[in-house]
Amino acid sequence: MEEIGKVIDQANEQALGVLLSGEPVLVDVVLAADVIDGLKEKIILHAGPPIKWNKMCGPMRGAICGIAVFEEWASNLNEAEKLASQGSLEFAPNHQFGCVGPMTGMTTSSQPLIVVENQHYGNRAYCTINEGLGKVMRFGGNDQTVLERLSWIKNELAPLLGQALRRAGGIKLKPLIARGLTMGDEMHQRNVACSSLLLRELAPHMAAVAPETETLARAYSFIASNDQFFLNIAMAAGKALTDPAYGIKGSSMVTAMSRNGTDFGIRVSSTGDRWFTAPVEMPQGLYFPGYSESDANPDMGDSAIVETIGLGGFAMGAAPAVAGFVGAGAASQAGLYTKNMAEITLGENKSWTIPAMDYLGVPTGIDIRRVVEANISPTINTGIAHKEPGIGQVGAGVAKAPMACFQKALRAFAEQMGVK
Amino acid sequence: MTFLLNVVQHNSYADSVALMRLSDKISGSPGVKEAAIMIGTPANKEILATANLLGGDGQSAGPGDIILAVRAVDQNTANRVIAGWESELNKKAEGLSATEIWRPKTIRGAFEQQSDASMAIISVPGPFAIAEARKALTRNLNVLIFSDNVAIDEERAIKEEAKSRDLIVMGPDCGTAIIQGKMLGFANSVPNGKIGIVGASGTGIQEVSCLLAHMGHGISHAIGVGGRDLTEQVGGISTLTAIDLLEKDPQTDHVIIISKPPSEKVCSKILSKIERSSKTFTVCFLGSPLLQLSSNARQATTLELAALLAANQEIKPINSVSKNTGAAKRILGLYAGGTLAAEAQIILIDHGFSVTSNAPVPGALPIGSGNLQHTIIDLGADEYTQGRPHPMIEPSVRSAPFLKACDDPTVGAILCDIVIGNGAHANPAGLLISLLSDLDHPPIFVSVTGTNQDPQGRDSQMKLLESAGCTVASSNAEAARMAISSILPA
Repeated sequence: MEEIGKVIDQANEQALGVLLSGEPVLVDVVLAADVIDGLKEKIILHAGPPIKWNKMCGPMRGAICGIAVFEEWASNLNEAEKLASQGSLEFAPNHQFGCVGPMTGMTTSSQPLIVVENQHYGNRAYCTINEGLGKVMRFGGNDQTVLERLSWIKNELAPLLGQALRRAGGIKLKPLIARGLTMGDEMHQRNVACSSLLLRELAPHMAAVAPETETLARAYSFIASNDQFFLNIAMAAGKALTDPAYGIKGSSMVTAMSRNGTDFGIRVSSTGDRWFTAPVEMPQGLYFPGYSESDANPDMGDSAIVETIGLGGFAMGAAPAVAGFVGAGAASQAGLYTKNMAEITLGENKSWTIPAMDYLGVPTGIDIRRVVEANISPTINTGIAHKEPGIGQVGAGVAKAPMACFQKALRAFAEQMGVK
Repeated sequence: MTFLLNVVQHNSYADSVALMRLSDKISGSPGVKEAAIMIGTPANKEILATANLLGGDGQSAGPGDIILAVRAVDQNTANRVIAGWESELNKKAEGLSATEIWRPKTIRGAFEQQSDASMAIISVPGPFAIAEARKALTRNLNVLIFSDNVAIDEERAIKEEAKSRDLIVMGPDCGTAIIQGKMLGFANSVPNGKIGIVGASGTGIQEVSCLLAHMGHGISHAIGVGGRDLTEQVGGISTLTAIDLLEKDPQTDHVIIISKPPSEKVCSKILSKIERSSKTFTVCFLGSPLLQLSSNARQATTLELAALLAANQEIKPINSVSKNTGAAKRILGLYAGGTLAAEAQIILIDHGFSVTSNAPVPGALPIGSGNLQHTIIDLGADEYTQGRPHPMIEPSVRSAPFLKACDDPTVGAILCDIVIGNGAHANPAGLLISLLSDLDHPPIFVSVTGTNQDPQGRDSQMKLLESAGCTVASSNAEAARMAISSILPA
């Protein structure tokens, strides 16, 4: 038994090392079809573990229909729904294609994707561009305004961003995120600092390549009015950092946490692409005026990838206000969440520190053994979608990763290690 | 009809989560249909409009303004909500009031916080205690297991593992220890000194350490080993380790060992370990026959005697009465401390009484054997503590049998213990005497195990008992002897 423990500890040290030594750089914005092999006509990538149409929640269905119209596979939403229910559309998780997507996480062939390259390991990860707040596709919005915005992103914003990034020679995300943490972002619910820092770095390059000032003004105003613009970039960074950590034999480190609105799924280094799933839980949080918990959809999105790399709920101490979403959480208590997460992680990330916690490195590398042993599930900071499609975000809060995922994963891991 | 009110605070900013919390406080209060405070960004104004909350001033608010919006049954309610918010927004911060201190949730977390720790105390439900103890041992920590309900083979296994790592496991079911003056579990404030104690019994350690303190002697360490350590199955592993530890401890001159009688095999292991030791010993195996001891050791038959021998006090021979049949009434002992109950039985037996008990020492009988027997009840035994705290924490378990005894014409004396100190009830004497008001009762004999440095204070507990008419003895053994004299014909 002790021998196995040593093997696991060594493998985990290696896996954590991979996670910590990654160098994520935002390098480009490209068309999905050009970079993702196998992303063909009528294939829709979605958030979370695999799911069939008949198990999908409202917002997920709404987004599927919307994106099918956007891709012109259907001429209207009714037709799109028919296609989906007939089995004419193919669904697969983003994670299986090097992608991640917030909330419903729709990724299809003609969408532009931001590209984050892990320059230490040479791999790339992709995520769509954040559409802003309100009625948006990631929350299941699918009306004309949503589709028009997506078209504008595709036709005007994406090419501009791509050119600007290429001109800049990429933007290093590790130091940018480090700075954001010192400015009150935790990169899941708070991205206002990083969104601003990014725009500051990009602005001269955007100005240099913009075909006309009006294009530039629209792009600036879109990014500046969206505090969560950086979320999708942080997510792609998370995916780029975790992908090289798959398949390390003997490692019990979590490489992905993700939800499709119905199931929560995790993946573990040593068990590779296998998902361990359990029914997803309801987030606890605060609601926008006019909405309450009875409107809320269960937890959803690939965005928990940021918790997988030590941000979001794990970096709560950097973003004290976010603690206010939970119960009577006082801002001064935010650090307690981070410290609790240190109980289930393999180490600290000394590149990403929290000033108010005496420069504690964010707790990083979730160990399924420690989660089960301590009976502490990862804390995930999240937006809350309306359960009906097309309405959008109705609140924000904190969700728990279901313990059953980790128990299942631990059993499979034990079996793999020959422990009965 | 509802009334919509928008009030705008110009050139203001507040954190959006803080504003959401303020909104949340109001939602659902009587008369309020909908309410929200938001910064006046276009996106937020859209949300307010969708919720039918945007009107009047709010419409012209900008991103540098805070909109206070409420729709209520009438204007008064709306005004009240806005006034409440305004005072909340202007309220002086309470500062870092009641900042919660983070407590580790796992042994690993605790160890990382304090990596120079040398001991872990484990108090979790019994079936999980050994797994936690093992984690502590792998971090080179000595372990005190407070938990009970641990399987005996697991106890042996964890003690063997500790031994192989040069560590000690105290317990399971170790309620009392004093290590370098630090009280762990139920323990009393006794001075530091030169006498070490190894005890398989919590109240035994408490009584002896307190009696020594009254005589001006202090304790180097009191090491609990758990009630089953000296059984055949466990083999005395922790007792032997504890003797070794005290042997190496320069502060310790003399060692007292307190336990129920050990198995024969274990007993001889311990006696030969004593024989090889450079220190002197007092061996108190309560209820054990006479032992063959090496010249550096003396045997004590009671806790009181153990303390006297260790303190090198003159021992007055006690005249034991052969076959005492003179008593017309019986003694009933109601004990919180198991070892104190055992000591009382031994003293009664020494005086020629036949005794029954729910926890009989050698020579005593189980309850229900014959009529009019002297009876000593251990209220800390499993049958009394299932699903409730130990009587040392919550002595009210004694109340019902105590009241019954007061009413029982066959009872000539009631014998009780009051155990105070760290972990014990805040006022056990007070609780006992509260039962006595306006009650005819047989004479009550009681002693207080504790010191004046304990939070409850021994003297003040004794005064309470005396004021209620109890006879308060200087030790448990003395209380038992006084009870005996009281029921014998003059």
